[in-house]
Amino acid sequence: MIHNASALSVIVFAIVVAITLGLSFYFAAKTKSAAGYFAAGGQIHWFVNGVAFAGDYLSAASFLGICGMIASFGYDGFLYSIGFLAGWVVALFVVAEPLKRLGKYTFADALNNQFQSRGITLAAGISTLVVSIFYLIPQMVGAGSLIKPLLGFPHEVGVVLVGVIVVLIVATAGMVSTTYVQFIKGSLLVVVSTILTVFILNRGLKVDHSELANSPQTLMVKKDDSRYVNGLPQGTKEGQGDLRPVGHLSKLPGDKTETGPLAPIEFLTTLQQSEVVLWPKTTKTDEEGNKVTTWTPTPTPGSSILRPGRHPLFQGLQKSDILPRLDFISLMLALFCGTASLPHILIRYYTVKNQAAARLSTVVGIATIGVFYVLTLFMGLGAMTSGTLDLTDSNMAAPLLAKSFGETLFAVISAIAFTTVLGTVSGLIVASSGAVVHDLMTSVMGMQMTDHQKVRCGKIASVIVGIIAIVLGIQFKDLNAGFLVGWAFNVAASANLPSLVMLLFWKRTTKQGITAAIFVGLFSSLAWILLSAEAFEKVYRYSAADAVKLASVPFSQPGLITIPLGFLTLVLVSLLTSKASPKPTTSDAATV
Amino acid sequence: MAGLDHAAQHPKEIEDPVIAARNSRYGIVLFAFYFAIYAGFVGLNAFLPSVMGLNSLFGLNLAILYGLALIVIAMILSLVYCWLCRAR
Repeated sequence: MIHNASALSVIVFAIVVAITLGLSFYFAAKTKSAAGYFAAGGQIHWFVNGVAFAGDYLSAASFLGICGMIASFGYDGFLYSIGFLAGWVVALFVVAEPLKRLGKYTFADALNNQFQSRGITLAAGISTLVVSIFYLIPQMVGAGSLIKPLLGFPHEVGVVLVGVIVVLIVATAGMVSTTYVQFIKGSLLVVVSTILTVFILNRGLKVDHSELANSPQTLMVKKDDSRYVNGLPQGTKEGQGDLRPVGHLSKLPGDKTETGPLAPIEFLTTLQQSEVVLWPKTTKTDEEGNKVTTWTPTPTPGSSILRPGRHPLFQGLQKSDILPRLDFISLMLALFCGTASLPHILIRYYTVKNQAAARLSTVVGIATIGVFYVLTLFMGLGAMTSGTLDLTDSNMAAPLLAKSFGETLFAVISAIAFTTVLGTVSGLIVASSGAVVHDLMTSVMGMQMTDHQKVRCGKIASVIVGIIAIVLGIQFKDLNAGFLVGWAFNVAASANLPSLVMLLFWKRTTKQGITAAIFVGLFSSLAWILLSAEAFEKVYRYSAADAVKLASVPFSQPGLITIPLGFLTLVLVSLLTSKASPKPTTSDAATV
Repeated sequence: MAGLDHAAQHPKEIEDPVIAARNSRYGIVLFAFYFAIYAGFVGLNAFLPSVMGLNSLFGLNLAILYGLALIVIAMILSLVYCWLCRAR
């Protein structure tokens, strides 16, 4: 679908970004020490930090991706919300306070509190870098696909724009500015989502029996890349055509044509008893080599939409094979374990004063995120039924829904979606630059630096990671953002969680055990993912049939295997090395 | 406004190991409870998906109710945890 750039959205967007940068430069003047740059001097107020947790955590995948998935497939998108939020329970109840107690700036510090081991620092530093970069790719890809329809620029421009702005923010003031960017983002997300939900409930549900709304649509991409929609060349001029926005009901309970305003629970129960028109697509290549995609309007009972199993990733649940079920369990396990293992989340525990503050800020974070995910259920279902969906881009579901309520709301939501990406990318870059300077340069390579030099290196590292993120965001532009975020969670949970948990709860953990567990978890999950059918199809671009033959692993989410593998490695190696090494003391110099 | 001065360093926190251990126990118990509920949700969806379609409270099906409950319970448990860990 072709979207026109709206002058209002560009202006609002520019204002939001200007305020963000302004705050960043303001706090730049106040940041002098390494403590200030990397961990904001431990002085962030717990409420601010809590909302910033939410701002940090709710990335493009949450806001755009989940709403889009719910709008296209129903309940399945909600499964991700549930998994993402449940992970916070692990973070709060198992990890938060012990972690605060242990470390100064980074995840490696926490692990090293007892051992002072270069091996651990190396492993943790690499793990942080790898996971952060994995998590960065879908954000940059999200930025690219957001900019194109909203502001009219091509994908590459969107990615470069985000990269430059974020590097500017982070390089000038590090953690301090990102905390306030994320606080603003977190608050705005919840406020605007609430407003949008209220509008959705107020509008209620309507049936659309018009002919156009119920006719199939086609997109043909010829070998010369020219595009034809429903038989006409794609465009907005006379004699041209474009894909029509979709999303309506074909039946309401009691054969009503509209419901008027609905209360939240009423909205859900009414939908359950209605029929919604979904648009499953089929793609084929005809004899002339043209690729034709057809979307067929299919009335579907609401009761089927409000249950898992419509999205391709979860369709296996309806059948009787064991492998799709294992895949599903593996994904839900990875989401559950992954939150507590994400380096850019962990680092935020160090920005508050004490453990009580860390606890309170996680509670505020959970409340904010929980409220937001409930709202996304309504936004996604609202988008499904408002006649605003773009068939070619589900990521646009929430913004386009807002557009149906007015240009202003659309402009604000677009700007917020963009700052969503800004906030998450900032946090990731700070975590990565911390890993590079603090772990890899200072501890592993033994470079002695003054505070001032560390800060300067941190800023240079930020710029370099930013450039890597831009390049990868352009390279991977056709990849599904949700899929990549799922990857990052699998890798983070496999690499980081076993070490964190066992260090906190098992006295016989040795430094060799931790180092081994991190490397094994990291590389086994990476290898599994890169050898899966999904990777062969979406990354290496084989056809779906070939991908299944080439895949070396039975299902796509490694968590169910690699997380326990990490634990097992840690236990085995620790038991093997516990007699050999002397009791660790704080006077031990850095040894591997 | 508290918390805006980021130049100052904070003193290292002195904590009572007994209280820390107590908080840790609360955390594990609450975590185990939540994990059981979450595992139930995942297990039902994986092995008895038809159950998720049944109607439950308020006219909602079990899938929606259980999903919303998981979110709400997470919020409630975190508040309970804060209350349990308060300084006495």
